[in-house]
Order: sequence, then structure tokens, then C-alpha cells
Amino acid sequence: MYVKHERHPELPPPPSELGALGWLRHNLFSSWGNALLTVASVALLCWTIPPVLRWAVLDATWLGDTRDACLDSAGACWVFIKVRLGMLAYGFYPQAERWRIDLFFLLLVAGGGPLVLGSLLPRRGPARTLATRGLAAAGAGLALVLHGLLPGLLAAAYLGLPSLLARLRAPAAPGAAAKLGLALLAGVAVHALAPQGVALAAGWTALTLTALVLLVPRADEQGWRLALLLTALPALGAVLFLGDGTWLPEVETDRWGGMFLSLVIALVGIATSLPVGILLALGRRSSLPVIRTLSICYIELIRGVPLISVLFMASVMLPLTLPDGMHVDKLLRALVGVSLFYAAYMAEVVRGGLQGIGRGQYEAAQSLGLSYPKAMILVIMPQALRLVIPGITNTFLGLMKDTTLVAVINLMDLLGVIKSALADSQWLGFTKEAYLFAALAFWVLCFGLSRFALHLERRLRYEKH
Amino acid sequence: MADPATPEPKGPSRLLHDRRWRAVIAQAAAFALVAALLACAGLNMARNLERAGIASGFGFLDQVAGFEISQTLIEYSRASTYARAFWVGLLNTLAVSAVCIAASTVLGFLLGLLRLSPNWLAARLAGVYVEVVRNVPLLLQILFWYIAVLNPLPPPRQALDLGGVAYLCNRGLVLPWPQWERGGLAVGLALAAGLALAWGFAAWARRRRVRTGRSLPVWRLGALLAALPPALAWALADARVEWSIPALSGFNFRGGGTVEPEFIALALALTLYTAGFIAENVRAGIQAVPRGQIEAAASLGLRPWRVMRLVVVPQAMRVIIPPLTSQHMTLVKNSSLAVVIGYPDLMSVFAGTTLNQTGQAVEIIAITMLVYLAVSIVISLIMNWYNDAMALKGR
Repeated sequence: MYVKHERHPELPPPPSELGALGWLRHNLFSSWGNALLTVASVALLCWTIPPVLRWAVLDATWLGDTRDACLDSAGACWVFIKVRLGMLAYGFYPQAERWRIDLFFLLLVAGGGPLVLGSLLPRRGPARTLATRGLAAAGAGLALVLHGLLPGLLAAAYLGLPSLLARLRAPAAPGAAAKLGLALLAGVAVHALAPQGVALAAGWTALTLTALVLLVPRADEQGWRLALLLTALPALGAVLFLGDGTWLPEVETDRWGGMFLSLVIALVGIATSLPVGILLALGRRSSLPVIRTLSICYIELIRGVPLISVLFMASVMLPLTLPDGMHVDKLLRALVGVSLFYAAYMAEVVRGGLQGIGRGQYEAAQSLGLSYPKAMILVIMPQALRLVIPGITNTFLGLMKDTTLVAVINLMDLLGVIKSALADSQWLGFTKEAYLFAALAFWVLCFGLSRFALHLERRLRYEKH
Repeated sequence: MADPATPEPKGPSRLLHDRRWRAVIAQAAAFALVAALLACAGLNMARNLERAGIASGFGFLDQVAGFEISQTLIEYSRASTYARAFWVGLLNTLAVSAVCIAASTVLGFLLGLLRLSPNWLAARLAGVYVEVVRNVPLLLQILFWYIAVLNPLPPPRQALDLGGVAYLCNRGLVLPWPQWERGGLAVGLALAAGLALAWGFAAWARRRRVRTGRSLPVWRLGALLAALPPALAWALADARVEWSIPALSGFNFRGGGTVEPEFIALALALTLYTAGFIAENVRAGIQAVPRGQIEAAASLGLRPWRVMRLVVVPQAMRVIIPPLTSQHMTLVKNSSLAVVIGYPDLMSVFAGTTLNQTGQAVEIIAITMLVYLAVSIVISLIMNWYNDAMALKGR
């Protein structure tokens, strides 16, 4: 009898299971239906990609400064975008003053970038410090080179402040009420001393900083960066964009436009709708019947109607409700409309988060003797907001996209500017190029934001466990 | 209540330290604030309207509108009233919403399934579609389709020929259109009756299956039941239908029915945009079904298609329906973007033209908002009813 004692060597897998062939078999041709689907997909690609590629790249005109450059080409005329780029970006903002917008967004990127980087890079290590410090230094340097001495100094001061403040230790603090009173007093004084312009902004910045230093016992560099981003930068932006009439010429809001206006509306909308939404969500879950009813009515009413109708209301009805002689800027009306509209959506998202927090957390906070505001700020909100990051991002993305709707009430956002650029008799007929460019701009912004939020969500989830 | 060791505060400040009184005071203050704001706004508005010489009230609805509307589902002319114009706009809004809800739901389900398909290429393609469409503003997409794609189409004389019966040109899509000589109404009613019959039969068959465990070929019998009454009515009423085929005459088409380019652009953009969102909802819903369910179904010997239809989809629907409802409501609200391309929907006819002509801002915006609110509520009621029907039944 023959008994085999040693193990038979393992046979190699059949060639059809290995390498590219195996991958193809598994992923594209696993069954008849799948093979058919693959063929259909390839056909779709063959049908769409070559003509689009030929139009957008191969036959397109890239060089030149006039319409004549595009006359004898069958492809896209990107010259149009090149010539009108300034208008698409800044609208009718005066050419000589556009550096103010550049400076603001430079500060935004260099001041907010470390916060984004902070969540992308490992917690500790030289890479993190190098990146954040490097970004600040680069921002200040760029401002110095591009915009001159004073803007450079301003940028350096703004970007260097967080690390300076992080080294400070708050003095033995008086009571919170006394601190608030002090801050308010300082605010009134600043307002009386400097009623206008740059001085006013500087005053408010100083004031918010004092208040922050007094109120926040201790914060690290990132914390200060966030605080500055939320307090000082908006004040600075308002002065830079509007001008003060002495050092910076005034620019009326009806000259604002293009991508700049879209971003302003998006940023203001985001910054105001989240806090208002949180208040509304708390109101909706309040045990006080009047406040709860008011919140529910507001949220459900707003969520039931389209944004356009709210914008129409803000542009047509709001002026009617104001006393005689009081005038509200058209842009401000649109901003109010967008913010109040999205606050209702944000409220529902935040409410979802609040419902996801167990009763135990509320009870624990209460039994520690925390007052309602303290319990909310210190215990509930940090957990609730973390739970609903995807919802908040989705609402932000919706807001970002819906900024285009202000074109309906004749504001010159990116779409409004495109409309007027297309009406130029010199450049008739380049509609595809213009709209594709706008679509690309929005896509990059929205897709980037959604990917970053996805990353943030994952990171926070890992940190929890 | 108060600790005996601490002295109870005296005087009016005692009220502020009492939880119940504090609640009452806070609520009264909030209510007073809101009431004061509204009253102030109302008074100012009354004064401003009076100064502008605009009489408030709904009397304007009976006045002659005096403007044309390019696309109407009911009789309308320049001599009709504003109330009539309102109905025209509302019906146009409902028409485009209904078409887009149906189309985007089908396309969204298809794309959601494709995204989960084992086919690598198809899944990637569906993913690219979803990421592109969801991250570009809807308004931009509507303008793109309308201004960049449909407007530059050739005039009727050089229209794109779609199989010799339908044509696409800058005046829109020209289609063959049925013209009933007689019996149209009877056949339509019979079709509705047949559909109701089939639906009732399906419900009865489901109950019977639950009771006896035996199932009937619901789809085939149902289709037969739905088709029978119209066929009968056709034969009995001796119905005659004439297809009006479009033909070029002069500078435009004669005969057939025309779908306006505004409608095509709006419907196309709304459908493609919403389908991207619905696809994500569908994907999330299907991924929420535990793998064990699929494996259990497969080990019972069910074929993949039946696993999908009998096990996965019914459970996934529970997750899908709530977000699907809100997508549908968003779609109806988004249809108001028609105003930018001049499709005569409620927003553009009523809150646009009528508002500009009459100046009755308050009444018109109130009516418009109420209508959108009502439509939202109706959709959510229908979907809630469907959701309850699909919900997990505890036994």
C-alpha cells in the first residue's frame, strides 16, 4: 500500500485568478450581466470623453487677449475666461483697491490654515510646528512683498498674535460679571473715541481681545487662532472691504461682486447661521412652552418655503417694515435672508445631535451644580456638535451652493457677473466656457469642504475610542 | 425648596430666584419681544403702504392680469384675472415637480444600485456622477442647460431630427401628440379604474399571502387587470385617436405638441441634481441592511435578484424613505428656481410678474409661502403614511 507522507506542494493559483487578468475577471466580467454593464460603461466613456477632451483641451484656444484669437477654432475659448478673470473674481470692485480683498483672504488662509493643518498632521512633532509657524511666516512675508509695508506689518501682527497670547497667563480673575462689565465699558469708550473706520476696527479688535484674555482662562495657540478667526478677522474684513473713507477709500456694496461676493455671503452665512441655529435648537427642546412654540413655528415655517421666497421677502417686504428714513443695504438684506433661512436648517441638525446625548449627561451636569448655560457650553454642546458634523457640513455645502441664488435679487455674485460678462457685445456666445468655469470653481470649493469634513469626522471618531 | 440655613430673599428679587417665576418671566419677555417686533413691523408696513397708495386686501385677484404666459395647462389669456394666473403658475409648478419627482427617484435608485454594484467601472462612474452633480449649484446647472445647451440649438429649419417624428430645436422639443376624436374620456377613466382595480388586487393578494402562505403572480395578473378596462372601453366606445405628427412649414413646426425649452432645462437640471442626492440616500439605506440578512437569504437558496427584492429592499426602504421625503420636498421648493429662466411657475408668474404689476407685496408673498408650505405638508403626509405602512410591525 502506498501512503504519501509528505505534503503535496501547493499548486499555483490558476492564471485566470491572478494579476490583471484575475482582477478583470473579478471586477468587470464576473457574470454575463456584469460584462454587459462593463461594455455599456466603456461605450459611454468612448462616446463622451473624446469630444469633450477635444473641445476643452485639444482644439481650445489658450493664448491671446482678444476675441479674434478664438475666431477660427472649433474648441473652447479660454481666452474669454482669462480676459475676464478679474471681473469674475472681484466683480466691479475698483481695480486699485482689489489688494484689500487679496489681503483679507491671505490672512484667512494663513490664519485659518494651521487649524486645518492641525487636524491633518500628527498631534505632536516638528512637522506640525514647522507647518503652522511656516504658514504664518509665509503669510506675513507674502503680504509684505505683495502689498507693501503697512499691510505686511498688519499681517505679521495678526498672524503672530496667537503664539504671543498663548504665552500669556491670565491674571487672577475677577468674577465673570465684572469682566463682562469691564469689557462693555471698554467697548463704549472705544466707540466714543473712534467712531469710524480703521480706528474703529482696531478698537473693536483690541476690545474683543481684552475680553477674550479676561474671559478665557487659558488657551493654547490653536485656541487663540480660532478665537481671532472668529472675532478680530471679521472686524478687519468689514473695514478692509468697505473702506473707512480716510485711509482706505470707501467702496459701496453694489460694486462688490464675483466669487468674492459669493464667498462673503457664504462666510457670513456660516458664521451667523450656526449660533442662531444652536439657539433655535435649544429653544425647540426647551421646557418653556412659549419659547418652544415660537421656535417650532419659526423652524417649520422657514423649512417649508423656498429660499427664493425668503430672499424676495427680504428684498421687497423688509424695506416696508422699517420706519421712515431707515435704509438697509441690499447686500445686508440678502445676508439676513440667507442667514435666517439656514439657521432653521442648522437648528434641526443641532437638535438631532442634542437628541443623541443621553439623559445621564444632562443629569450629571446638573448634579455637578452647573447652571443651564454652563451645562450646555461645557458638557452638552461639545458632544452634540461632534455627533452632527456630517449634518453641519451638508448644511454648509447647501449654503455655499445657494449663495448663487442672490443673483435672482440682482446682486452681482459669480453668476450675476457672468451674466453681465456674457452680455458684452465683444464676447457673445461663450456661455459654455463661462458656466463651466463657474461650475469648476464651485465644485473645487464644495468637494474640498466635503472631503475635509469627512476626514474631521473620522478623526474625531477615532479620538473618542 | 430653600435650604433652612440660607435666609430666603425678600422683596421682588425673590421672584428672580424662584425657578418657576423665572420661567414665567423669561417666557413673557420673549413673547413680548416677538409681539413688539411684529407689531412694530406691521405698523410701519401699514404706514408705508398707505403712503405708496397701495390698498391692502385680496381684491386685486379679480383684476385683469393683462400679461401673456408662454405655457399654460388651463385656459388662460391676457384678459384673465390674477387669480387665474395664480392657478396657471401653481399648476406649472406642480407639473414640473411631479415629472421630476418621478424621474429623479427612478434615476436615483438606479444610480444608488450602480454605486454598490460589484462592477468596478460602473460603480466608479456612478460615484463620479454623484460627486460632480452634488457639488455644483443647482442654479448654475439650470442656467447651463438653458443658456449653454438649449439656446444655441439650431432654429426649426435645421432642427435635430429624432427618428423622423420628433424634433429638437431652439423652440423646444416637438413631439407627436395624440388627438382624440372620440372616446378619449372613456378610455382615460377606464385606465384609472383599471389601475385602482390592480392596486386593490395587489393589496388583497398580500393579505391572502399573509393568511394562507400562498402567493399569486401579482405583477402579471395586476397588469392584466389594469389593461383590461381601457381595452374594453376602447372597443365599446369605438375610440379613435389621430396622432398629430409635427411637420416643418415656413419657419416653424405645425402640428404635434411642443415642450418648451424652459421646461426641458428645468426638468433636466432638477432631475439630474436630485437624482445624485437620492442615489446617496439609497446607497446608505442598502448599506444599512446587515450582511447577515443577505447571507441568511442566500443560504435559504434565494437567487440574488430575489434576495434584493424580498430581503434587502424592504428593509432598506425603512432607512431610505425619511431622507427621500425631504429630497422630494426640497425638489418642489427648488422648482422655484424656474424664475431665472422664465419658466412660468408660481414664483415667476405670481411672486414675479403679478407682484411687480400690482405692488401687493405682503399678500402675494404670504400666499406664495403658504402654497409652498401646504405642498410640503401634503408630501410629508403622503410619505409618512407610506412610511408607516413599511415600518417594522411588532407582533
